[in-house]
Amino acid sequence: MAGLGLGKMAVMSPVSRGFHRRRQDPAANAGRVPPGQYVTEDFPVLSAGPTPHTALDRWSFSVGRRGQQKTWSWAEFRDLPSQDVTVDIHCVTKWSKLDTAWQGVSVDTLLDLAGRDGPFALAHCDGGYTTNLPVEDLTGGKAWVAYAYDGRPLEPEHGGPARLLVPHLYFWKSAKWVRSLELHDTNDPGFWENYGYHIYGDPWREQRYAGD
Amino acid sequence: MEAVDGNAIGGLLQEVFGTEMTAAGSVCGNCGAARQVAELAVYAYAHAPGTVVRCPSCDSVLMVFVKIHDRTCVDLLGLAALG
Amino acid sequence: MAGTAVRRRLTWQVAKVTAVTVETASVRTITLDVPGWPGHQAGQHVDIRLTDEDGYVAERSYSIASAPGEPVALTVERLDDGEVSPYLTDELRAGDDLELRGPIGGYFVWEPDDGGPLLLLAGGSGVVPLRSILRHRERTGSTVPVRLLYSSRTLNDVIYRNELDIPTAGVEVIQTLTRHQPPGWAGYARRVDAALLAEVAWPAAAMPLTYVCGPTSFVEAVSQDLVQSGYRPERVKTERFGGTGGT
Repeated sequence: MAGLGLGKMAVMSPVSRGFHRRRQDPAANAGRVPPGQYVTEDFPVLSAGPTPHTALDRWSFSVGRRGQQKTWSWAEFRDLPSQDVTVDIHCVTKWSKLDTAWQGVSVDTLLDLAGRDGPFALAHCDGGYTTNLPVEDLTGGKAWVAYAYDGRPLEPEHGGPARLLVPHLYFWKSAKWVRSLELHDTNDPGFWENYGYHIYGDPWREQRYAGD
Repeated sequence: MEAVDGNAIGGLLQEVFGTEMTAAGSVCGNCGAARQVAELAVYAYAHAPGTVVRCPSCDSVLMVFVKIHDRTCVDLLGLAALG
Repeated sequence: MAGTAVRRRLTWQVAKVTAVTVETASVRTITLDVPGWPGHQAGQHVDIRLTDEDGYVAERSYSIASAPGEPVALTVERLDDGEVSPYLTDELRAGDDLELRGPIGGYFVWEPDDGGPLLLLAGGSGVVPLRSILRHRERTGSTVPVRLLYSSRTLNDVIYRNELDIPTAGVEVIQTLTRHQPPGWAGYARRVDAALLAEVAWPAAAMPLTYVCGPTSFVEAVSQDLVQSGYRPERVKTERFGGTGGT
């Protein structure tokens, strides 16, 4: 059981002969994998609802307090300075994917233009998904609104046209189909946070569930 | 990736409710649509944070199942009726 | 009905694999010896659970392919990028343990007393629970008329092909091959659409009892077409397997 923190497991299921999850050599990734995670080559597609398909000519992105937001159209958004970043991502369901390549606009850029406010943000997405983060975790080069993955436009099933990318937190915070960052005075829980997931979600402290 | 239906969570439902539930009736708290649980839209991927059951008519969230450590938590607030 | 009258707690248990048989290049039927099996209904499924040496657990559901009274058998299609199915089709062998819980389901089930005429619509591996229904009908001597419309990509993808080719009183099997048909093919050669259903399905006035199973998009399209043609929605039962597209 080396390398896996399984928490409190009262009874182990019998081992299935010859079954193993797809995995990479753990030694090769020392130091890059948070506790309890395993590395996968796949990119699992997960969703809490149907995949939205927002036409680019109707897409917009907004930042700011409700009623005072700065909004960009797709064309305006794509005109903003963008960055190519390669990051490791960690899902709360224990898979991690290393060296994922994205292109997007730094949230620092967006907040510089919209006016830095906060201290908290609630990401709103097509389909109704939400997630909350401290503004501090969206700034200082830690977060992007990404529209390309692996050199190609982000596919709808992976969150396209654009998703939030916040790799230092569990990946449920990297909200797919993001349309706005609404700034709040309070840390109001989003979708999964409301159902028992951790309000912050630091994979290095294994903050999966509320109270962890 | 497409949704499945309530048949796929028959085991989970039986575990949580103690009885077969896929044939049970449900009423959406948002739009009032009445359907058997087997006919609801289920988003339950192998590596997802939880299982989300939605109304096929209005996409409203009806049920959410989350496994927190060793306990299965269920939220049914989106339903007007079940059973 | 033996076993169903008892409210038995659904718990995980270890079954023994007694055989793995080849259905098609990517499909296997796994026959199991399940201690204390209470019996099942045609159309029900089991959840199976695999655990690796590190404690990683993967869980999936599979329809029971056998009829009530026969040993529990599961038919599994290997998905290329599947995490579980390749293990079940390629690695699992007679003598292995397999953890499962079941039987599960009370909606997508058929008993002879439910009557008919029966319309069974299968998209790819959606045929599995419908085969259980057909075998149950046969074993009970039911004379309810049945039409099975079965959509597959190619002839080589047809599961239970020899079994379905056996002429059976009261059972009509209509096949459609959507990607490739062999020379001289006499069946349909396209995806199931409203026109095809109009030719094959029982008339709505016959008040058929319908079971549709397969990929989600197949099930949605077919059941919508049937209801639009006059079928009563409450007599159209659906089971969606997910997947990424049509058959």
